[in-house]
Amino acid sequence: MKDSTRRFVERDRNWHPPPYAPGYKTSVARSPRQTLVSMQHPTISELTGPDFRELRMGVHDNDLLMNFTQGSGLPVGERMILFGRVVDQFGKPVPHSLVEMWQANAGGRYRHRNDNYLAPLDPNFGGVGRCLTDEQGWYSFRTIKPGPYPWSNDVNSWRPSHIHVSVMGPAISTRLITQMYFEGDPLIPKCPIVHTLNDPDAVETMIGRLDMAHSNPMDSLAYRFDLVVRGELQTYFENQ
Amino acid sequence: MMGNDNMQPNTQPCDTLLLRETASQTAGPYVHIGLALAAAGNPTRDEEIWNEMAKDDAEGEHIEVVGTVIDGNGDLVRDAFIEAWQADSQGIYQREFDLEKPFNSFGRTATTFEHGSEWTLKTIKPGPVAVDAIDQEHGAIDDKDSYLASERSAKVMAPHISLSIFARGINIHLQTRLYFEDETEANAQCPVLSRIESQARRQTLIAKREETDGRARYRLNIRLQGDDETVFFDF
Repeated sequence: MKDSTRRFVERDRNWHPPPYAPGYKTSVARSPRQTLVSMQHPTISELTGPDFRELRMGVHDNDLLMNFTQGSGLPVGERMILFGRVVDQFGKPVPHSLVEMWQANAGGRYRHRNDNYLAPLDPNFGGVGRCLTDEQGWYSFRTIKPGPYPWSNDVNSWRPSHIHVSVMGPAISTRLITQMYFEGDPLIPKCPIVHTLNDPDAVETMIGRLDMAHSNPMDSLAYRFDLVVRGELQTYFENQ
Repeated sequence: MMGNDNMQPNTQPCDTLLLRETASQTAGPYVHIGLALAAAGNPTRDEEIWNEMAKDDAEGEHIEVVGTVIDGNGDLVRDAFIEAWQADSQGIYQREFDLEKPFNSFGRTATTFEHGSEWTLKTIKPGPVAVDAIDQEHGAIDDKDSYLASERSAKVMAPHISLSIFARGINIHLQTRLYFEDETEANAQCPVLSRIESQARRQTLIAKREETDGRARYRLNIRLQGDDETVFFDF
């Protein structure tokens, strides 16, 4: 007699950035002081999540070169492909998962009402994309490489070029938002937000790698960014 | 049997056979341009995932759920982004997200840069949910008389909405639940609410009912830190 329960590998909270990371000043007043209440037996409310296969996407939703174009204009900047695979901690592909991304333009300016940086908006660039992973967990976007930009944290703090990436995974338990940085960027080790992580190996999980094999000659470079979400377990009991 | 070093699993700690989860980073101050386009002041696409979880023809009691997010200084967090996940009025999670349907279990909302900076969800009041409904959904329990199955199915959770909170300054999203003040009995028996040792802290998850224009509205202010700090879960 077999009884099985869905379960995910425990999230290692020492691997992720702690809520309170004073080098990133905004975290000081926005981090809980009480401990998290741990659920040893997560319920259906945590172990399920939305399935977005019926969400109707536009044809250019994953193409940031085209999805904000005014007429025939293209955005300014280095054309690039961002692609990768969503897998779980056991290496199992995560199909049909919603991957969303947003970013600054080539000058480091976001198309957001609160961003007043000196760099101009690009009339042909919105900075948002989304797609579903395919059967094997692959996703891809076409975009331009975002620029670094200054922000108020220390006297002279700059964000390395980065793309915000959001993935749902199979359940609420696997929900994850991260940022992809570019391999070799000298601003990465200077960034207070990168430094919220204690483990240098954890930082490596956020680095997009230049992938010449998947670049398009005379067109665009490619960066590969694989996303790993919590591993899904089935536990089995023999009841008698 | 001795084999190739790399192929001999028993020689390595099991942890090393697992891939590590991609690390979390803050969603930042401009999360809206990616996940809440209208809030960023940007044009929206044909289909967006937003805060109208229930249409007029959805079954159940139509409610509005509102609140603020407050930081450790008592200031409003005006750039918070929130995701909601809840059962329908029958206590069933409708996993297929489809804007054609009268009700979706998943929704998104955000605090605003104006006025009282409230987040809002238009939804229906969820029904109570059996703790082990996950097992039934996966078709896994084939022995209803087993001790394990009957013991678990006896537990029913009070109506609730799971909330995930993202914002600038939040390095990994905070996970909480919203319960309803007029479900006193169900709340008292909820196995998850009971996991919170401090009775006083349980109150931080209870939304207060208000009546406005004949429509029920529930209010829950989420306090990230300090007095009456909201309970956040790990699971």
